[in-house]
Amino acid sequence: MAFEENDLVTDAEQRMTADEEALLDELGIYGDSRRKFLGQLGGAGLGALVLNIVAEQKALAFNDSGSAYATPAIENSVTVTFNVNGVKKSLDLDSRMTLLDALRERLGLTGSKKGCDHGQCGACTVIVEGRRVLGCLTLTAQCDGRSVTTIEGLATGDQLHPIQTAFIKHDAFQCGFCTPGQICSAVALMQEAKNGDASYVTPSVRQKTGAMQLSDEEIRERMSGNLCRCGAYPNIVAAIREIHTGKATDPMAAATMEVHDATV
Amino acid sequence: MRPFKYTRAADTGTAMLAVSSNKDAKYIAGGTNLLDLMKEGVENPTELVDISRLNLSQIRTTATGLSLGALATNSDTANHPLVRRDYPLLTQAILAGASAQIRNMATNGGNLMQQTRCAYFYDIAMPCNKREMGSGCGALEGFNRNHAILGWNSNCVDVHPSDMCVALVALDATVYVQDSGGKARSIPFVDLYQPSADMSMSDTSLKHGELITSIELPKNSFASNSYYLKVRDRASYAFALVSVGAALELSGGKIKHVRVGMGGVAPKPWRAMEAEKMLIGKAPTEENFKAAADAEMKAAKPLKHNTFKIELSKRAMILALKRATGKA
Repeated sequence: MAFEENDLVTDAEQRMTADEEALLDELGIYGDSRRKFLGQLGGAGLGALVLNIVAEQKALAFNDSGSAYATPAIENSVTVTFNVNGVKKSLDLDSRMTLLDALRERLGLTGSKKGCDHGQCGACTVIVEGRRVLGCLTLTAQCDGRSVTTIEGLATGDQLHPIQTAFIKHDAFQCGFCTPGQICSAVALMQEAKNGDASYVTPSVRQKTGAMQLSDEEIRERMSGNLCRCGAYPNIVAAIREIHTGKATDPMAAATMEVHDATV
Repeated sequence: MRPFKYTRAADTGTAMLAVSSNKDAKYIAGGTNLLDLMKEGVENPTELVDISRLNLSQIRTTATGLSLGALATNSDTANHPLVRRDYPLLTQAILAGASAQIRNMATNGGNLMQQTRCAYFYDIAMPCNKREMGSGCGALEGFNRNHAILGWNSNCVDVHPSDMCVALVALDATVYVQDSGGKARSIPFVDLYQPSADMSMSDTSLKHGELITSIELPKNSFASNSYYLKVRDRASYAFALVSVGAALELSGGKIKHVRVGMGGVAPKPWRAMEAEKMLIGKAPTEENFKAAADAEMKAAKPLKHNTFKIELSKRAMILALKRATGKA
């Protein structure tokens, strides 16, 4: 061999400064381990590694948190002040952060779920300014000054929202993952029906009436943005129907199924 | 998602200046399509200019028709009393698309600017001429069940995903845009989708930095005879396999005026001109509807997996025309 592994180690070690020595000591690399470690790296690798470690240490020191998990400086930082479930919140966050991530990761409101993160499942449905929207496709930055209601904000103290009570009564979930989104969606749906808003299955959209009485077909169409992989749909419809009509129904009654338009 | 600078524009001038001066900047309003594409790495803007709070959301009557603000949400537009009364085809088309949550977020201008849902466009590991001209079209010889049967070429066989735009092309809408120099222009809807030679992510004839301010619907007499039919793989919340927007004006038992738009069949919202020509002056009978559907589909060229769309388009057009004329 042209040179021994130990020769390389010795060269590398000789180039180390006292600070670099100290860093390797902090990493717990001593004696033989240090020789093997440095031998694998080679001279240039060591330099780069040490520089990285130094940079990382400086960044941590800058954040002054004393924790190895300190948040690095926020890139493209945006300050957002908004109202979440009746409480004013102010956050500095990366411009990329979606409302769903801000709720879950920054505010600890983990009721809203990340199902697909692409606007296809509805598990992240929350209510912004009275309207149901998808948290996963909303930038938190766009919510500055807005009012957000999540599943955590629907109950009044220990008093559940009527839709929540109805979901429990009608067993409108199995695994429960989609449920917060389903419930937020259903709460907003009630208001849309009161406003007389039409849906794709509304027979005559030309006549805008007052509050609408929704058929099961209407409820299904209006809830179609919320998927349930357990297939609790009949019970979800039953829960919403009960609150919408104000008529208590027997949860054990068989769910009716309608055949969709198969004319084409 | 790549990092980007976020700014909220105070007025349209500031917004247009910001986007015009950075070729990698984009407007964001509802964000329902753009953020999804950014998560997939298909769109990588370095700057987003938030226009969602600009004063462009009015829906109002004009001397010639109804003006829809570019930033009115799809929900507000579909349920506006004047849209429901005078342009029910538009209401139905909007409500056939997406979900209530997405329609609450999505804006009219954004609906026009949305990208194809072609899976080869969405997957950056796949070839796609729209993303990178010259890389090829993955769908041309790939899984193309959802793709075009009309108006495609070998560079791209995608279909335009919008329902709303099918109604707009049928209703002869005009799109109003402005640029940062303050220059305003109008584009007939039927001419909006003109991909540039290199395609370069763009489906429309808009220049970088131009901003859609409103969409105008001319007055018409179609309100009592229109219907939007959408056929898809599940009952709701899915893109169209085929959709048809039909609007007619009847007089003395004959078709005086007719508009037929189609979705899910072409790279742009398709205006079924051949069908319209066949129907003018004829009686609104199933036989005539069938002749019109056959005429429109004469030019259809199916791909390997979507031959079914030709027959489906014919049946959908006949049914939409029947429902529009109260015959089904």
